[in-house]
Amino acid sequence: MFFRLSLKNMKKSFKDYAIYFLTLILGVAIFYIFNSLDSQQAMSVMGSSTYEIIDFMIQMLGGVSVFVSLILGFLIVYANNFLIKRRNKEFGIYMTLGMGKMQISRILLGETFLIGLLSLAVGLLIGIFGAQFMSLLVVRMFNGVMDGYQFVFSGDAFWKTILYFGIMFLIVAMFNVISLSRYTLAELLAAGRKNEKIGMKNPILCVVIFLLAVADLAYQYYQVSHPEEITTSGILVIILAGCLGTFLFFWSLSGFLLQIFQKSRKYYLRDLNAFILRQIHSKVNTMVFSMTIICLMLFLTICVLGGGLGINFSFQKMLRELTPVDVNFTDISGAEASIKLKEKGFDMSLLEDGYVEVSFYNTPELTLKDTLDRTGLDVDISGLAVNLEGNEIQETIMKESEYNRLAALYGMEPVEVEEDTYAIVSDYEVTEELRNQLLKAGKTISLNGKTYEPAYENCVYGFVEMMANHGNTGIFILADSQVREEWKGSSFLAGDYRADTQKEKEQIDQEVMKYDVTNMSDGLLINTKIDIIAVSGGLSASVTFVSIYLGIIFLICSAAILALKELSESSDNKERYAMLRKLGTDEKMINQALFRQIGIFFFIPLLLAAVHSVFGMIFIKIALQSLGRIDYFSSVLAAAVIFILIYGAYFLLTYFGSKRIIRNP
Amino acid sequence: MHTVLEVANVEKYYGNKGSLTKALDKISFEVQEGEFVGIMGASGSGKTTLLNCISTIDRVTSGKIIVNDMDITRLRGNHLNRFRREELGFIFQEFNLLDTLTAYENIALALSIQRVKPEKIAEKVEKTAKELDISSVLHKYPYEMSGGQKQRVACARAIITQPQLVLADEPTGALDSKSARMLLESFQYMNQKLGATLLMVTHDAFTASYADRILFIKDGKLFNELHRGEDSRKEFFGRIIEVVTLLGGELNDVL
Repeated sequence: MFFRLSLKNMKKSFKDYAIYFLTLILGVAIFYIFNSLDSQQAMSVMGSSTYEIIDFMIQMLGGVSVFVSLILGFLIVYANNFLIKRRNKEFGIYMTLGMGKMQISRILLGETFLIGLLSLAVGLLIGIFGAQFMSLLVVRMFNGVMDGYQFVFSGDAFWKTILYFGIMFLIVAMFNVISLSRYTLAELLAAGRKNEKIGMKNPILCVVIFLLAVADLAYQYYQVSHPEEITTSGILVIILAGCLGTFLFFWSLSGFLLQIFQKSRKYYLRDLNAFILRQIHSKVNTMVFSMTIICLMLFLTICVLGGGLGINFSFQKMLRELTPVDVNFTDISGAEASIKLKEKGFDMSLLEDGYVEVSFYNTPELTLKDTLDRTGLDVDISGLAVNLEGNEIQETIMKESEYNRLAALYGMEPVEVEEDTYAIVSDYEVTEELRNQLLKAGKTISLNGKTYEPAYENCVYGFVEMMANHGNTGIFILADSQVREEWKGSSFLAGDYRADTQKEKEQIDQEVMKYDVTNMSDGLLINTKIDIIAVSGGLSASVTFVSIYLGIIFLICSAAILALKELSESSDNKERYAMLRKLGTDEKMINQALFRQIGIFFFIPLLLAAVHSVFGMIFIKIALQSLGRIDYFSSVLAAAVIFILIYGAYFLLTYFGSKRIIRNP
Repeated sequence: MHTVLEVANVEKYYGNKGSLTKALDKISFEVQEGEFVGIMGASGSGKTTLLNCISTIDRVTSGKIIVNDMDITRLRGNHLNRFRREELGFIFQEFNLLDTLTAYENIALALSIQRVKPEKIAEKVEKTAKELDISSVLHKYPYEMSGGQKQRVACARAIITQPQLVLADEPTGALDSKSARMLLESFQYMNQKLGATLLMVTHDAFTASYADRILFIKDGKLFNELHRGEDSRKEFFGRIIEVVTLLGGELNDVL
């Protein structure tokens, strides 16, 4: 009997529960997708040598999942409380009929159980199919090729999802029973009666506060886009000031807008504009805190999604650029690398014929102290230059012909120097800037008792050793005749494997790596493309997955809270809209007013969050400069698609839900 | 004289075949332009149903209601809304002002939803407010006003669009006697000086005594009709009481 009541209740209020269901289903689906990543076929594409990285990633995602389940748990309890509140009157009626609290609790438990079961089932179904789609996405993201499609189901993730959400529903059920036991019958029956008094703010104060908030935010924007002078404690101050600015912005916004629009009677009295503005103004008092939180969460979401995807995109691009060949050997003992390799019994026929062997030179005559000396030059003093000044580290020198052979192999621009000029090859932005200033000022260097002029006004883009990021702080290129053999420091060999397919390459790579650790003490260093990509690519993949995961969860939370807040206001709205209808307002006008009212509550926090994010992204970009330029366009596009889908769905559900509420007599 | 409202053989049934309730039972009457008509009846007599049918909030089961030569029982959808905002003005017992808007905005709203040009709105609102003596409260919110002020703001909202017919549902129900008297004087002013046609539902004999003509309803039927004629308000009041007594004890509680 009670179960039937639960079932009937659910059927009846299915539309009221739409937002709740959407949130639960999305939560379950996303939880499953990210926890099933390990068993997805896509992972194998990322390279067979990357298992450790994948393990690391799985552990990380597992840890994040605990955090995520906490957030989701909180959200579910919140949403559920909201729904219970709406039904207080119904419980009141049950109680007047003589039903005990225990019996009502049983009805509630039955409902929670049904909802949990249904949302788990639908969520898992969506999750399982979504995971297949995710596989495709992963492969695209990491430029892999999948050999043959295969439907994957992860039992681990399946049971884990059920376990985690089972616990959450248990907690929800507990909360329900507890909150029910706290109510008295009088309270339950009186629910829904509203307080008529609406606090109105001083309009002048609103304008002043609004201007202050905007000024505060503008100043913080300025600060984050010039991060050179920011200290760690400074960042904290900026964050706090930004939060405060956001809060005050929402606190005063509606008052400010009202003030502006009332000046223009023409706009204010047209259609239902006055009504809409007043609606918002009256609600902002109760909404200001949640709007602030939602705006900040959205800001976090955009930054995490955009930043995470952006870092990955640019990282993948950079990795491809920075690993133009399969393998690098460096012999720091000074002998020829190829001779050393043969001595060790390495089969040189594993390498393609066109490999290039070069030497690095260095001399005490040319150290950082010499190359960064600014005496007699008109150059600004920047922080890093002062730090490096007086540093006795010897600069690396290369012969022009040798560098150009390597550049041809790597597909980079060649360098041209005369007998009395020099050039610098670099790809690390920070030192590049420093050196460029000196080169422009005509910085000369002295070697062999001769003076060399710069051949270029800027550093030439280029690198020699393969690395996961841009790290070549500068190599000096001199004409062959100007380099003395006694400066010779180490020997370097770059080449490709003699292989046609990725599989063959991986086999050779394993062969090559056998020489790595055993010969470290002999001064033989090995760097392979597969190794670099495996380590760094995996790391970047982890960062990306975690950021997408968290980003989507944050997004769901903000949208769900906003949607529930809006719906909970709709009982008040109901009377007001009924009034409008009695006066004979067109349905179209009423719908438009409702749409605008909800739209403003959804999109004003989003708008401010978007402005915040523009500056947040600028900050991220500068802070992560060493990773290279972040390619924002594609990442912002990808983030925007995810965003619009989820946020838009919540917005539409809220609109149609509210419309239904104000329609019902 | 022009007939503003004609109610002809209107029936309204509630319920289904098993248990049928006749809220209105073949009721017919007319209201002429410039009249102030009161409708009296005990609770459950069908007077609110009648008002709801005239205001198109509720539908009749059969019969015709003709306002300004148009049978409004045939109107559907947005035509109904249009009829309500252009031909009718409403005054409710609970004022029904929007709590988020000031008095000024509440009055202006009636014009806004008719898409009147904003430039013309200000002038009209101020003029109407002056006539009803509420200029001083125009910029207050409903919660800052007294009941009488609220009800006069509601009057201003009802007549500002110059409707064919103003419907008032127990307009003094939530007012103390002094405010009620002031409101009814406003009604007389609206009726005599501004030419508004008023149809007022009430169960209070004192309130009803301000009308020119009173229709008594019992069990959904027209029971009696009283014309004030040349009587003073006091004399008219006495005649109303007689009919009320005749009607049975139900109305005695208001005396």
